[in-house]
Amino acid sequence: MNTKLSNKDEWLFEITPKNKLLSLNLKEVWQYRDLLMLFVKRDVITVYKQTILGPLWYLIQPLFTSIIFTIIFNNIAGIKTGGIPPFLFNLAGVTSWNYFKACLTSTSDTFKKNAGIFGKVYFPRIIMPLSNVISNLLKFGIQLLILIGFYGYFILKGFAISPNISILFLPFLVVVMALLGLGLGMLISSMVTKYRDLSFLVTFGVQLLMYVSAVMYPMSIVKEKLGDISWIVEYNPMAHIIETSRYMLLNEGDLNSKGILFSVIFTLVVFLAGLVIFNKTEKSFIDTV
Amino acid sequence: MNEVILKIENLSKQYRLGTVGTGTLSHDLNRWWHKVRGKEDPFLKIGDTNDRASKGTSDYVWALKDINIEVKRGEALGIIGKNGAGKSTLLKILSKVTGPTTGSIKSRGRIASLLEVGTGFHPELTGKENIYLNGAILGMTKAEINAKYDEIVEFSGCERYIDTPVKRYSSGMTVRLAFAVAAFLEPDILVIDEVLAVGDAEFQKKAIGKMQDISRGEGRTVLFVSHNMAAVKNLCTKCVVLEHGGIVFEGETEDSLNYYLSNTRSIKRGISIIDDSHRRRITSRKIELVKIVSKCTNITVRSEMDFDIYLKVNEKDDRKVCLTGTICNDKEMELGSFFSKPFLISKDEIVVNLSIINHNLSIGNYYLNISISIGDIKNSNLEVIDHAYEVIGFEVLNEDVVDNYVIKWNKSWGDIFFDTKIEIY
Repeated sequence: MNTKLSNKDEWLFEITPKNKLLSLNLKEVWQYRDLLMLFVKRDVITVYKQTILGPLWYLIQPLFTSIIFTIIFNNIAGIKTGGIPPFLFNLAGVTSWNYFKACLTSTSDTFKKNAGIFGKVYFPRIIMPLSNVISNLLKFGIQLLILIGFYGYFILKGFAISPNISILFLPFLVVVMALLGLGLGMLISSMVTKYRDLSFLVTFGVQLLMYVSAVMYPMSIVKEKLGDISWIVEYNPMAHIIETSRYMLLNEGDLNSKGILFSVIFTLVVFLAGLVIFNKTEKSFIDTV
Repeated sequence: MNEVILKIENLSKQYRLGTVGTGTLSHDLNRWWHKVRGKEDPFLKIGDTNDRASKGTSDYVWALKDINIEVKRGEALGIIGKNGAGKSTLLKILSKVTGPTTGSIKSRGRIASLLEVGTGFHPELTGKENIYLNGAILGMTKAEINAKYDEIVEFSGCERYIDTPVKRYSSGMTVRLAFAVAAFLEPDILVIDEVLAVGDAEFQKKAIGKMQDISRGEGRTVLFVSHNMAAVKNLCTKCVVLEHGGIVFEGETEDSLNYYLSNTRSIKRGISIIDDSHRRRITSRKIELVKIVSKCTNITVRSEMDFDIYLKVNEKDDRKVCLTGTICNDKEMELGSFFSKPFLISKDEIVVNLSIINHNLSIGNYYLNISISIGDIKNSNLEVIDHAYEVIGFEVLNEDVVDNYVIKWNKSWGDIFFDTKIEIY
């Protein structure tokens, strides 16, 4: 007789009222990896179905944003961007910011948006935000290509620009952005299930956050212009991430190792907290959403 | 095969009634405060039983209370009960969609659930893409779907449309495709909610057949919720009857169905006053059915059935009227109909005595639907002026049915007993 069967108390799994505090359950996520990829595929190909420009929309949005930023912040407000063409400076910032923003906003309504499907079938809930993060990565890649295109254009026009050697660490920075977006998003999405107020906060909160995240200005001018209240940028982890990404891409600005360390630690704490809350919520959110 | 694959222990689920609003935060804080001091959740002690119809006093309700079920490997367990008895809540907890409030479920096998057909279908994706997506949502890997892809397409009967976006499908086709995906799941335990209510008759038959294959042929465990008693009877080996969030009966399918149909449905016996709850269609009600009284206390296979039917005239009509009706068995299946001789009504209130002779019904529980019609009966040009459903129930008792032979009627022989005559040459 099979020993497994003879042991009466050996169960494959148990459903109980509470989850463990931190059960990421990577094994289960791995079992569902095909689903993860299918969701990514679905996200990518369905967004622009029945549109004429299709994936071009991925490019239009950052381009126009950068143009407007250049007009407002560089031409009107006169922010200096060193030897870098202001448009390229803004495009680099917007590209990074967009990835973080996309991760955050898409994760933050995970439970609300997917209540229909979550209410009918079980799969590890984390698959949904993970698929968002991955499909956004694709969008980020396309936007990075356009950045490279303009990079080449400005080099041809005679600007002396080159990436820093640290660009090799760009993937690491992208992971940090993804984790931060994911962590914050998971925190918010868990609370949105009960208190809908938060979903309003996210839409305009993210917009406000952009202005203090050094997207359209370098960190160097923050101290001199803001003085006493410069902390709202300096203690913003995203500001350091954007500044660092520009340092890597354009060799512009300075590498603030303390700032980066702060951002990474902040990100890890938020991500873990998000994971705990998300795990707690996924068990019974369907009753309150 | 006697191994317990699924064990549900003291499972309860509490729901909050009303809207989640300003009260939410204060209850949450209260709960948290109790938790901080190491005390039990104060809201778990309160809560009414799950009775949809009565007005409760508490804001909290127990959708399920202390459920204990053991399911053996290879068993097909039916879960039956009225609307709101807690069936779907139980399935939701089983499929991990929502957690229980207290208690636990232990399982030795992978559970796949089918609470809805076509969960996650995306209208913009083609049939083929949706097969993969839906299969993955239900827990299959890509390799598993690849292996079964051809069978799925064939089972669905949508081969021609497989590269067309699902939004162009008819609703029936969508359901066929979705069920086809689910039918080829291979979990140890399959949990199915009422999903057969859709699709045409041919497809329903195919779907039930497929589920029978799954449970009998492949020896998988099936948990099945349905209001379709015929489907439950076909598929399940055992049943539990839920009522108000608790198990009121557990046993063989036949016994469970009998229990459910005779105890949870309220068809009166003996005397029944006909009111709006019996009427399902709008009729002129020129002449109205008022009351029906069963005159026989013991109906047996050979006895006559005798009813007094009380009628009231609301509007005079000179034409003859006719009492018609159908006799249904406890599985809500119509067994046959009867027509009375046409008669004239002269007074405002009359009583008609109706006998049904040679009814040929075997033992069991039955009920009557009765209607009163007016018009030209010979040319079947009848106008129904009042129609009452599930008017009165009666039981046909056991008796030695064949002269001088004792035959204990087995319900699986059917509802009708045919008289026979033999001649020997």
